Amino acid sequence: MDVMPKWAEVILVPLISLLLAALLSALVILAIGEDPIAAVTLMVKGALGSTYGWGYTLYYATNFIFTGLAVAVAFHARLFNIGGEGQAMLGGLGVAIAALYIPWPHWTLALIGCGVMAGLLGAIWAAIPGWLQAKRGSHVVITTIMFNFIAAALLNYVLVNVMRPPGSMDPASARFPEAVHLPTLHELLAPLGIAFSKSAPANISLLVAAAACIVVWLLIWRTRLGYEIRAYGHSQPAAKYAGISPVRITMVTMIISGALAGLMAINNVMGESERLVLNATEGAGFIGIAVALMGRSHPVGVFFAALLFGFLYQGGAELALWTSIPRELIVVIQALVILFTGALDNMVRMPLERLFLMFRRPAPPANSADSEPKPGPRSGQSEGAE
Amino acid sequence: MTLMTKFLGAAAGMALTSGAALAEPALIFDLGGKFDKSFNEAAFNGATRWAEETGGKFAEIEMQSEAQREQALRRFAESGANPIITMGFAMADPLSTVAPDYPDTKFAVVDVNWLDLPNVRQVSFAEHEGSYLVGVMAAMASKSNTVGFVGGMDVPLIRHFGCGYAQGVMATNPDAKVIANMTGTTPAAWNDPVKGSEITKAQINQGADVVYAAAGGTGVGVLQTAADEGILSIGVDSNQNHLHPGKVLTSMLKRVDVAVYDAMMAGEDLEVGEVVTLGLAEEGVGVAVDEHNKDLVTEEMQAAVDEARQKIIDGEIKVVSYYENDSCPALDF
Repeated sequence: MDVMPKWAEVILVPLISLLLAALLSALVILAIGEDPIAAVTLMVKGALGSTYGWGYTLYYATNFIFTGLAVAVAFHARLFNIGGEGQAMLGGLGVAIAALYIPWPHWTLALIGCGVMAGLLGAIWAAIPGWLQAKRGSHVVITTIMFNFIAAALLNYVLVNVMRPPGSMDPASARFPEAVHLPTLHELLAPLGIAFSKSAPANISLLVAAAACIVVWLLIWRTRLGYEIRAYGHSQPAAKYAGISPVRITMVTMIISGALAGLMAINNVMGESERLVLNATEGAGFIGIAVALMGRSHPVGVFFAALLFGFLYQGGAELALWTSIPRELIVVIQALVILFTGALDNMVRMPLERLFLMFRRPAPPANSADSEPKPGPRSGQSEGAE
Repeated sequence: MTLMTKFLGAAAGMALTSGAALAEPALIFDLGGKFDKSFNEAAFNGATRWAEETGGKFAEIEMQSEAQREQALRRFAESGANPIITMGFAMADPLSTVAPDYPDTKFAVVDVNWLDLPNVRQVSFAEHEGSYLVGVMAAMASKSNTVGFVGGMDVPLIRHFGCGYAQGVMATNPDAKVIANMTGTTPAAWNDPVKGSEITKAQINQGADVVYAAAGGTGVGVLQTAADEGILSIGVDSNQNHLHPGKVLTSMLKRVDVAVYDAMMAGEDLEVGEVVTLGLAEEGVGVAVDEHNKDLVTEEMQAAVDEARQKIIDGEIKVVSYYENDSCPALDF
């Protein structure tokens, strides 16, 4: 298994994939007659060159951390939860209900309350496909994606017919009261004397997302449940033989995954728009899949992959604002990154592995590839990411 | 607090200095994109006409995500663009937070009329009146006494279109049947011609021989299928008669292009703080008759439309707006 040292696996493979994607994107930009270097400069400057840019990058990244973690947790049990989109939508509904109908005295309590509601509704939305998988064998890929559509229809019904303030033409809920306003990074950093852009939407949810990364790491690698989830993911018959209930693990994993996706709503609904709009999730649930793939289902990887996608989103917005590069092309660039880092992972990995094998063995011809006398310090660890 | 005010001051100062350097208008398209053959494209056409006539330049952005709405408004305001013209009802909320921060910048918003902001010009259209007129034409053109309505995303605005249409149909032919379907419940419904085509086929199976599409880019599929199956269709927002000459009965014009063109022409002298509703009297909405559909529009039909138009302007006919009490007297959604 371990043909590459850890650092190559974690850093080199994504980096080369990224470079390939960037190279191809540059060619695409050249083909429509724009300057790729200027475009990249604009993206970097726009996304990372100011606190304003960072504010948006981190805002998008927060969304992607939550959905990325959601997909990653499910991956560990070999469940492919592609319903993050719907679960996050329901999370938004939970936040809106809690924020609008409960008079919160302070945002801290509101954050906990709304977070619980968001997680709960997201968990319920994932639990139904989970139950169908565990008890009926309906494949979770099919059911979760179907539930995305049901969530969209439900949200549309609720916003158009129930939560829309009378007289408003916009299918969106009323604005949340002042008391549930979450402090933005500007408000958090001002007492420390750091001037952070006031208009950027990044808020305290970023810290919640970082905490969620730590909790997920603890859960997966430091608890009995996490061990069971991984064991079940690696081999179902073995896990069953060891007394692990497949029904229980499937359900629990999906519930945790759904709750994480639902929690995203404290960032986009409660922190940014401060009301529930129809298109609140805007694809973050699907980006989560790419983030989890790229982050190799490890919370640290998810964190950095989410940052990268946050950069791509904010950089893309800057491109749209100041150049005549059409928005479809910006989607193409984002798609290339997803393609190379997520789907075409093996294209980079396999040649690299071969390269490392070549350099590692001076020439004992008797050894085959899978007997491993590697003396490296970390050769024993396997993350079980894919 | 002091830091915040300092920051605000700095931002305002930046806006002022850069504003002196360049005061180009900026145009913010909604999620449909500027080539939706409909609402946003009409705005783009208006802006292009302004640019061609004056030799001016304008900044533009097509929205990709909800978070970008506020972002684009602020970025354009800070770069000194003036006026900033935005499209669609979804801009109402971002505008109400951003506009007060930039009191010296003028904003215009199309399809919004319920805000109270001193530096925003709100332009809305009486779509129900225009839809009433095409409803009259649909009822007269239909031989099966069944007409269809294909909406985009199921939002109040589109019900507003459908409601005016159904009233026009019913007023002309009380025995007629209106079949109304929405394409979907997600923003994808604005740009799904394949589904528009399926819905049209379903409506034809139920007997419809005239369909009215108020569905943005989805309408392209509706018009195509209607032309293929040999029934009549009605376009929306822009004049779509030319898409299938002789097969499109008419188009319900919503002169978004005029609204955008006028706002850009006014430039920094744009009158703000008011709500403008463009109806039949102001020719903000209407029906399109040109060389592509003149054979379809009979004299009788033209006379009926002219009469209805005059009566609506005079107040003899009152077309009920869906917004008045969130329901429609002529159609259930």
